Amino acid sequence: MKYVLLFVGTMEDQKRFENLPPEQLAAGMKAAEQWFEEYSRSGKIVGGEQLKGPETATTVRFSEGRAIVTDGPFIESKEIIGGFAVVQVKDLDEALEMAKAWPAGPVEVWPAVER
Amino acid sequence: MFREEAAKLTGAMVRLIGNFDIAEEVVQDSLLAALENWPVHGIPDNPGAWLMTAARRRAIDVLRRDQRYAEKVALLERSIVPSDPAEADDRLRLIFTCCHPALAQEAQVALTLRAVAGFTTQEIAAAFLVSETTMAQRIVRAKRKIVEANIPYRVPEGPDLIPRVDAVLAVLYLMFNEGYLSRGPQVASRRDLAEDAMWLTSLVARLLPDQAEVLGLIVLMRLHLARSRARFDADGEIVLLPDQDRTLWDSAAIAQAVEVLDRATSLASPGPYQQQAAIAAVHSEARTWQETDWAQIVALYDTLLRITDTPVIRLNRAVAVSHVAGPRVALGEVNDLAISLGGYHLFHATRAELLDELGETALAREARQRALELCQNPAERSLLERKLRR
Repeated sequence: MKYVLLFVGTMEDQKRFENLPPEQLAAGMKAAEQWFEEYSRSGKIVGGEQLKGPETATTVRFSEGRAIVTDGPFIESKEIIGGFAVVQVKDLDEALEMAKAWPAGPVEVWPAVER
Repeated sequence: MFREEAAKLTGAMVRLIGNFDIAEEVVQDSLLAALENWPVHGIPDNPGAWLMTAARRRAIDVLRRDQRYAEKVALLERSIVPSDPAEADDRLRLIFTCCHPALAQEAQVALTLRAVAGFTTQEIAAAFLVSETTMAQRIVRAKRKIVEANIPYRVPEGPDLIPRVDAVLAVLYLMFNEGYLSRGPQVASRRDLAEDAMWLTSLVARLLPDQAEVLGLIVLMRLHLARSRARFDADGEIVLLPDQDRTLWDSAAIAQAVEVLDRATSLASPGPYQQQAAIAAVHSEARTWQETDWAQIVALYDTLLRITDTPVIRLNRAVAVSHVAGPRVALGEVNDLAISLGGYHLFHATRAELLDELGETALAREARQRALELCQNPAERSLLERKLRR
């Protein structure tokens, strides 16, 4: 079954991460890369990306049949999505195991619609 | 098939109850229950076992109304533990699925009652004081999540098992408390949550015989149930610990429970259930209210607070403190909990008792009135109303 793991956090988390001393920042990045590598090797990760900051996001929505383009993410909250991974595993417990191993903050686990 | 099962069942029930009339009555009732239930929920995998469980429960309900059958009730309660290991395994898998941490705790409880203990949605709604619609939605949503998110139907293995046990114990303890508090004649016809919770806990104990906290929870439940006959008087009114007729306590069951607690303690893995069981044991072993070892109870509460510090535990500790250091000291400690427990009826009821002891009748009355406004349990309400009328 396919799940999407969303790597979430607050704006404060993001800023704190960005302002880490360079060696700590590098160590954090390396841990996340290792996580991706390890699970890609075992075939559990079928896709995923790290996202740039919310200040770079743009939202398109429709109002009265017209596309409206606005600055920023759709959800106006303090929480942001830093990245995501699409995983193919047996069941929720296996997806949760991966989420628990993620080295960089909270993870939302969403089951994907199977077609 | 029904007739064949009925004969087998009646035979078994007569053996257990020793009274043919009652045996036949409960078997008829369980067949009726099957006629209502099976067309809706489908025929269970093991119809004989389903009927047997239904008949035993019905027998417990019927016999409990009659004090003369106390021994038989105890026998039936013991025999509820399924003899078929496959059925016990099924139940365990179900409990762990229903208590999966991906489900909200209120959904875990509801689902466990529905799927594992076989309660109707209506019964669960009544136990948790919500409408049947709300409860039905809660259960449907939880079931849907199990399917949609693919929550596995299994008992976790190896290192994954222990972290999952806490959630299961928490649900079973909630279930027990709900059943224990609402015990009493006005709900005597309802199946007993408390006994089901204890049975399910014993299944978990069979899976994890060396987990001290599982044993601790079983002891805690046993100590409460061993004293439950003294909790209501002939008119069905609640009787508080100081006024209970302690000769009604089941001293053999208490002694057995304390033995299990010693075994749990010897595993050297302390936890909140063992600690609460130890407190219940001190109460259970006191021959009179006056002989209660309050200093030891306060000490046990202090240890419990170091393991898990909650306002409700602090409130209970304050009651023990009042017997050691007097009501004024205790009232000070209780008042400190006002912010976190202002919406809890027992906070106000405890204040009322302490204020009474200090001769502050008007303030006590006010506090008791507030407790009554917040209390929804019928037996507890009746107790508060009686005290207000005094």
